[in-house]
Amino acid sequence: MKLTRRDALAIGLGATAVAMLPLRASAAAEEAIAAFTGGAEVGAGDITLTAPEIAENGNTVPVSVEAPGAGSIIILATANPTPGVARFNFGEAAGSQAASTRIRLAGTQDVLAIAQMADGSFIQTKSTVKVTIGGCGG
Amino acid sequence: MATGVKPRVKVPKTAAAGETVTLKTLISHKMESGQRKDGDGNVIPRSIINRFTCEFNGKPVIDVTLEPAISTNPFFEFEAVVDAEGEFKFTWYDDDGDVYETAKSIKIA
Repeated sequence: MKLTRRDALAIGLGATAVAMLPLRASAAAEEAIAAFTGGAEVGAGDITLTAPEIAENGNTVPVSVEAPGAGSIIILATANPTPGVARFNFGEAAGSQAASTRIRLAGTQDVLAIAQMADGSFIQTKSTVKVTIGGCGG
Repeated sequence: MATGVKPRVKVPKTAAAGETVTLKTLISHKMESGQRKDGDGNVIPRSIINRFTCEFNGKPVIDVTLEPAISTNPFFEFEAVVDAEGEFKFTWYDDDGDVYETAKSIKIA
């Protein structure tokens, strides 16, 4: 196939549209982060998010999160239609600040975990998951 | 979805005093996300379990807020400290107001 000027323009437009998509998705994720942290700064720290590098089926992606000393942890899927996934609040009888569950991911994206520590500070980590088949039934 | 919801939990029968035990829970539920469409293009309304809690002898272990991004048949694995003989109480809260409960007792070995 010969690349005409018209084709080149169309490809350029398409690429721009694709580039814009993550921006829009992360705006919703940032809102969700702000709702959790109340605008406080989020640093790095002792928090582990375990997720597969490649998930064949976006409908059930096993993830586990651990943050010793955390009072609560949220998990966000930055490119899902609604970024919130789950919020874990640990009580006094909790044996560790860790939990595992299975989540849905709409596509390849960063999964974010933010923990609120006992002293009120916030730490986060992220993990990129490649999704072969999205799990939002679009 | 009030029919066919069956909670399943895995709790060790015995533990040493002060031991940390791993708990696993699973409940059968469609977790309709509110994103999917049926054959006619109508959005299927959201119907999920929105909250899960676990208590040991009245003390909270974990309180989870679930969003539509939690998979069908929500599964959770977490840990609890067993300081005395007692009962774990698990509660799930459905969008439609239903509450599903189950309990498992644990003894000190």
